Amino acid sequence: MMVQTLEKGTAKQMVASSIVYDTQKLNLWYGNHHALKNIDLQIKENEVTAIIGPSGCGKSTYIKTLNRMVELVPTVKTSGAILYRERNIFDANYGVEELRTKVGMVFQKPNPFPKSIYDNIAYGPRIHGIKNKKVLDEIVEKSLRGAAIWEEVKDRLTTNAYSLSGGQQQRICIARCLAIEPDVILMDEPTSALDPISTLKVEELIQELKQDYSIIIVTHNMQQAARISDKTAFFLNGEVVEFDKTDVIFSTPEDNRTEDYISGRFG
Amino acid sequence: MVGREKFDADLNFVQSLLLDLSNAAIDNLDSSMNFLFQKNIEGALAILENDEHINRMEEEINDRVILLIAKQQPVATDLRRLMVLVKIAADMERIGDYACNIAKETIRIGKDEHIEPIVLLDEMRNKTIKMLKQVLDAFTNENMEEAKTIAKLDDEVDEMYGHIIRTLLNTGVNNPAQLSQVTQLSFVCRYLERSADHATNIAERLLYLLKGKHYELNN
Repeated sequence: MMVQTLEKGTAKQMVASSIVYDTQKLNLWYGNHHALKNIDLQIKENEVTAIIGPSGCGKSTYIKTLNRMVELVPTVKTSGAILYRERNIFDANYGVEELRTKVGMVFQKPNPFPKSIYDNIAYGPRIHGIKNKKVLDEIVEKSLRGAAIWEEVKDRLTTNAYSLSGGQQQRICIARCLAIEPDVILMDEPTSALDPISTLKVEELIQELKQDYSIIIVTHNMQQAARISDKTAFFLNGEVVEFDKTDVIFSTPEDNRTEDYISGRFG
Repeated sequence: MVGREKFDADLNFVQSLLLDLSNAAIDNLDSSMNFLFQKNIEGALAILENDEHINRMEEEINDRVILLIAKQQPVATDLRRLMVLVKIAADMERIGDYACNIAKETIRIGKDEHIEPIVLLDEMRNKTIKMLKQVLDAFTNENMEEAKTIAKLDDEVDEMYGHIIRTLLNTGVNNPAQLSQVTQLSFVCRYLERSADHATNIAERLLYLLKGKHYELNN
């Protein structure tokens, strides 16, 4: 099948339906700062794709471009294309709400709403017009089970989500994301604010979630990328230096810069 | 991710330990052959004593590598290097064991008169020691080309082995009274041949370290 590191112009044949995101010659500027340079990346469904790189390399910018969140920055300009399921998300008639229904996001710091656990999860479905209590109950349970936190909170669904631990709050945020039944989950350093045990739980959860979702995770923790991802993209100075199977990136990377970074020689 | 400065310092220390271990093992093998030719029982006993030191060095390398992996979580070339250091340490420790085995044969032969084919072992010893020094040099300088030439030398050692064993067997057939020493020298011959095989292993490990691929130099 496929894979591909387009940075050297070696696009290989891929099965179109298995590709979730096809980024083509993406450039992005914050004002005059050229933050992403000619990014070519193809992200496959039901895989965990990790984005690694030193601070300022463009990895968070890239992931925020995938759901067009980056447009919230007023000075942003882009060129090139990002095809999500073969449709360019930059097309004028592509509604950002439609995109974000399909592409959920989990952030660095758990950010539950100051509401009950139940209302956090039901928030998205309600916005999408679901009012039926029974249906909402089912969605809440399914989402909390999917985020591996149902057993911990099932008896206190009316409790404020803020009362939970950081690790639990992050899994509530993942459950909130699952409630709208997305296709892709973007994760921007989802465990960097968590303790080791909570981190492990979220990592295990990511492994389970990839059966049903495609996951793209930005992480500063290279061991985490090595543990949980199928593919890894190494970003440096706004460019993709190397994109390959994680096993290759962490054992025999092709580019010396990748080896130097993962071996702690810079970054 | 490794803390580079500390990691490099610890890694260099382990590499220097491996060099010490390797030099000690090669010296022991070389000396064990000298003591065999000289019927030097005292020397043979010293070989056995030195081996304890070689064994301790191998254990220290293993312990330090395990600590480095546990504490620094190295990847890619760093991780391969640590694995290779452990494996080469095992190769060298094994060569130290062969030196001990040769020393034991020297003790068994004692002051008996040597049978004639023993002279053939000298050239085989020289070739084997040359291989070991060359592969250690290739490893120290990470010289792939030098590593690749090891296989040819190993073929030569294998040929010598075949020739010497045949000669020893003929000696045994023609002089049954010498059968005991024929057997002892056949073992010595085997220990040298196995030591040369370990040199080839080390060359393969160096190629794996540098290229991340497995090589079979003997094929």
